[in-house]
Amino acid sequence: MTISKKKMIEMYTTMYRIRQFESKLQEFFAASKIPGFVHLYLGEEAVAAGACAALNKEDYITSTHRGHGHLIAKGGDLKLMMAEIFGKSTGYCKGKGGSMHIADVDLGILGANGIVGGGGPIATGAGMAIQYRGEDRVAVCFFGDGASNQGTTQEALNLASAWELPVVFVNENNGYGISCPISKSMAITDIADRAAGYDMPGVIVDGNDVTAVYEAITAAVARARKGEGPSLVECKTYRWRGHFEGDACTYREKDEVDEWIKKDPIPRCAQKMLDEGILTEKELDALHAKIDTELQEAITFAEESPLPEPADLFEDVYA
Amino acid sequence: MAQKTYMQALNDALREEMERDPNVLIIGEDVGQFGGCFGVTKGLFDQFGEKRVRDTPITESAIVGAATGAAAAGLRPVCELMFVDFIGVSMDQLFNQAAKMRYMFGGKTTIPMVLRAPQGAGIGAAAQHSQSLESWFMHIPGLKVAMPATPEDAYGLLLTAIRDDNPVVFLEHKVLYGVEGEVPDNAGAIPFGQAKICREGTDVTIVALSKMVYSALEAAETLAAKGINAEVIDPRTVSPLDMDTIIESVKKTHSLVVAHEAVKTGGAGAEIAAQVAEEIIDYLDTPIMRVGAPFTPVPFSPPLEEAFIPGAEDIVAAVEQIRS
Ligand SMILES: Cc1ncc(C[n+]2csc(CCOP(=O)(O)OP(=O)(O)O)c2C)c(N)n1
Ligand SMILES: [Mg+2]
Repeated sequence: MTISKKKMIEMYTTMYRIRQFESKLQEFFAASKIPGFVHLYLGEEAVAAGACAALNKEDYITSTHRGHGHLIAKGGDLKLMMAEIFGKSTGYCKGKGGSMHIADVDLGILGANGIVGGGGPIATGAGMAIQYRGEDRVAVCFFGDGASNQGTTQEALNLASAWELPVVFVNENNGYGISCPISKSMAITDIADRAAGYDMPGVIVDGNDVTAVYEAITAAVARARKGEGPSLVECKTYRWRGHFEGDACTYREKDEVDEWIKKDPIPRCAQKMLDEGILTEKELDALHAKIDTELQEAITFAEESPLPEPADLFEDVYA
Repeated sequence: MAQKTYMQALNDALREEMERDPNVLIIGEDVGQFGGCFGVTKGLFDQFGEKRVRDTPITESAIVGAATGAAAAGLRPVCELMFVDFIGVSMDQLFNQAAKMRYMFGGKTTIPMVLRAPQGAGIGAAAQHSQSLESWFMHIPGLKVAMPATPEDAYGLLLTAIRDDNPVVFLEHKVLYGVEGEVPDNAGAIPFGQAKICREGTDVTIVALSKMVYSALEAAETLAAKGINAEVIDPRTVSPLDMDTIIESVKKTHSLVVAHEAVKTGGAGAEIAAQVAEEIIDYLDTPIMRVGAPFTPVPFSPPLEEAFIPGAEDIVAAVEQIRS
């Protein structure tokens, strides 16, 4: 598969945007500027960037508690994201959702989710709606290695497969569900193995290689669009930070973290683009500068935005 | 007499019961070396090992179901949900299985399990990590439901929960984990269904649950300054519910306010209010008032969350309203 220059730049831009956004949140959380929980996506950027690059605006995704990267990759507006995470009324969810529920429904995002495994059945239902109306769309379910053990996830895989729904299950296997390594939570090492039980393709890719992710998801999406049913793509990756900000991360060795940091997907992609003459150093710097400016504007917007009014509490409970 | 946090009191109760009874074991997500999401099981893995303090996959349905099955097979499992909200994933195993097995099987089995879970808002954790759900559980015959407010009660009620031969839902308030209180050296198991009179008074009875007990005591001080002498009662368990103590109090004060953090609609307060009305409506000199959260999910943004959580001022306002 050849990937166009434009696509490469798009994916790199997404990864860098996620990296900078999440790094800022890390700072803000440490400075107590953000209420609630924050689960950072640092180190896993290639999964969201590669997967969403294979989608159209009309396609659906379900995201997780670690959802900022998915939203950015689907085209999320950093201003509205930052404002939401700050709890401001101008945010994506008017301050009702925060980091764990951040979503742009207009971009086909059916939620970040506070319930591990909550997204699988919802993506499956979106797939059902697509099939019902005969639309040219797909639904992508992002879920973690931990989430793969939930009954909801397994039920969704089965239903999507039994009904041949246009769903792509993208597993983000970062090796841990909070402190629990997969060696303790399951008897297999590859989550893709589970696909066999549902008679769907189960593919493993290097989740820190954005092009590999893109290629695998593109193939799975094509299959879904043709009406051939769901696939499971397992992306092996790693989260650099603790489970949530504030997690002392006593359950894993520093060496392990360092090894994975060496596999940083971002310089890897940059190097590839430089080697292949897709971008020059100068162009790369300009791209970085543009995103840094965009991020700064998002921060200013969030900081200057008003908090919700207490009366807003009662809005949007029912349609 | 020792000063202890609510969390330490829970930890002590777990440790002592595990030392006393080899059939007691803990299962849940990150309860092992990690010590639990909020730290309640800290140190237990080191003391008792993996066999008795066992990390599970993220699999709430199987956590509650496995605890139920292990209990039916003779163990005394204490299982933990990281947040009570996750009971949604496992509800069938709790309310159709654990709660009903004994009855369905003609009294031939016991399910001595405890399901511990933190509830409550106040840490910006939003709609799926902040609910108070005691009314769901108290609605189910076969379950017992404890909700301690103080370290001493947390300790004593957890001992009882573990020794009880029925499934017990043990609801901790996450904002109380760091709260300190006296736990007497001779503290022991506290029987279920025995309310505590936290403050004696003559003018109005305030029944408060979990964290709202603190708000009720604060409200009582404010009211005292205005010449209203409130009695504050903490039922401590909502199933069984000690209506006798509440009714005796209302007979004396002729006035009742019930306060909880859960959404007011369909809450435990409705049950308490209804029972008082059924039993002793003639004793009441004022309408009954309930204080609870508004009928909305728990919002994320701090000013919204603050507006959501009921507090002492709401209790004061309720008392003043019914007396005016
Ligand atoms: C139903 C449910 N159970 C438990 C949790 C608490 N929790 C939040 S994230 C998480 C770990 C999820 O692991 P994984 O699916 O691998 O995703 P990762 O955090 O590694 O991205 C847990 C246990 C939850 N939010 N929902
Ligand atoms: Mg994981």
